[in-house]
Amino acid sequence: MKKLSKGTKGAKVSLGRGLKKSIPLYILLFPSAVLLFCFAYLPMYGLLIAFKDYSPALGIMGSPWVGFKHFLKFFNSYQFTLTLKNTLSISLYGIIVGFPLPIALALLCNQIRNQKFKKVFQVTTYLPHFISTMVMCGLILIFLSPSSGIIANFFRLFGVELPNFMASVTAFKHVYVWSDIWQHLGWDSIIYLAALSAIDPTYYEAATIDGASTMQKIRYIDIPLILSTAMILLILRAGGILSVGFEKVLLLQNTQNSMGSEIISTYVYKVGMQSFQYSLSTAIGLFNTVVNLAVLLVVNWFSKKTTDTGLI
Amino acid sequence: MSRQKPVKMKKSRQDRIVDFAIHAIAVIMILAVIYPLWFIIIASFSNPADVANGNVWVWPKKWILDGYRELFKQTAIWRSYGNTIIYTITGTLVALLVNITAGYAMSRKDMVGRKWINLFYIIPMFISGGLIPIYLVVKDFNLLDSFWVMIVPFSVSTYNIIVARTFFNSSLPEGLWESAQIDGCGTIRYFFRFAIPLSKAIIAVIGLWTAVGIWNSWFNALIYLQSANLQPLQLLLRRILISNQSLLGAATGEMASELRRLSDMMKYASIVISTIPIMCLYPFLQKYFNQGVMIGAIKE
Repeated sequence: MKKLSKGTKGAKVSLGRGLKKSIPLYILLFPSAVLLFCFAYLPMYGLLIAFKDYSPALGIMGSPWVGFKHFLKFFNSYQFTLTLKNTLSISLYGIIVGFPLPIALALLCNQIRNQKFKKVFQVTTYLPHFISTMVMCGLILIFLSPSSGIIANFFRLFGVELPNFMASVTAFKHVYVWSDIWQHLGWDSIIYLAALSAIDPTYYEAATIDGASTMQKIRYIDIPLILSTAMILLILRAGGILSVGFEKVLLLQNTQNSMGSEIISTYVYKVGMQSFQYSLSTAIGLFNTVVNLAVLLVVNWFSKKTTDTGLI
Repeated sequence: MSRQKPVKMKKSRQDRIVDFAIHAIAVIMILAVIYPLWFIIIASFSNPADVANGNVWVWPKKWILDGYRELFKQTAIWRSYGNTIIYTITGTLVALLVNITAGYAMSRKDMVGRKWINLFYIIPMFISGGLIPIYLVVKDFNLLDSFWVMIVPFSVSTYNIIVARTFFNSSLPEGLWESAQIDGCGTIRYFFRFAIPLSKAIIAVIGLWTAVGIWNSWFNALIYLQSANLQPLQLLLRRILISNQSLLGAATGEMASELRRLSDMMKYASIVISTIPIMCLYPFLQKYFNQGVMIGAIKE
């Protein structure tokens, strides 16, 4: 009988009952929703100051509108090409090296049959991930020191004198990307290992009976089956194309390498927190976000079209 | 038959070569990770002059404890160490409370308005106010230079909520909630009595992620904290490791070279004492990782 009376009235009643039943769930959501509103949504409203000449005395609403003045100021400054070029080159370099390597590592780890050795391998390669950015940068500076660093000492054994990498404009991106690989390679491979462990073992059995070699199994079973995971991660990385690890760059930056290390986010920090140009800094930050979002959407669209995998 | 045999032989030899190569690469990678970490430890117990001249490779020439002794003499290190421990514990508890409850609620398909709530949580992943607007909000809430600024504003993580939601969806059987409901158990009681005890793995994983994040964070402290007595360990490390400022102060002549020696040793010692606690946490929680992380952090 109840099922038969499915008019608008019935729907309303069930919505009311559903709402009542959802109240405990809303209570569970409440703390996170409040915090999210305060510290994620209120700052979005604060983005308005990118289009205003913000002065703390007048507040966000009271400050005068100036349109795209701050954006144009950034686009016309010499820092625009410099920071954009540095950000893109570090980021793309990071993706080109940092995207396929974890996949290769997972495929490699998956081939280790001795469970004990496999475990040792995994635990050690994950370890550097837990080192803080601060300590990591300290390690880089210590190891790369041209006078006393261990790398320079090692090359000195063969009579080779190394240049000071940290004072070099061109070496910066190599130091940045490869130290990142050292630190996060193992960790980044976790997700692929998970995908690989989910593969039905009968595929391998069938392949073995058909006489497939290890390399063939990797090529025709492993790789195709982790492709969708890889695509999602690639989309996510592409969506952060202008968000290079800001803290690490800031810590490794010095006056000698700044032409190669100044990126959009370090520039945002300097303009905002060091020279207090709040509106200009916010405008640059907003530009960064918009480009990231646009790239994410484009890559997502492209991926959906070609491989039928998408994030959104 | 006669044709197939040599092919098979060749393949298995090729497989053996591949197998050998894989193990060789694995061993090289283990060494490449372990050696730098080991070097820092032995350097912290060595005479800095020996380290700088390249006389220390696998074992200290002579064990020296001066770096640690000098480091532990500094009151600043104890204070910032204590601060970091308090921030990490409190921050992790707050983050777990906030994210696990949200993750559970989002996992329930019978919640009215689920789609819109979902959107509300997802949007901040892609659009952020950025440095200055967030700073202004924190300032408006009067949180600048306070203990809570290190804990409250950044405790919600949509990513962690999604991971928790996926975990609850795939590991809490629907029937359990239905039968609990028939027995008159409400949502909140069910959450604490059944959902939480069955979710140790995801609590361990999210707890570890958060704890590592807070232990290692410094940028928030740099922009939101001024008081020296609130500073975390990582900011002190910045002085010791990055800006080349010694804690020992300036001096001239012979004193200066001795202070330089001590300050070099303190560099290594501070890396060791700041990194070991957080690394020790990991092996204890590792067993949960296979369950926790593996529950497809990515799949919806």
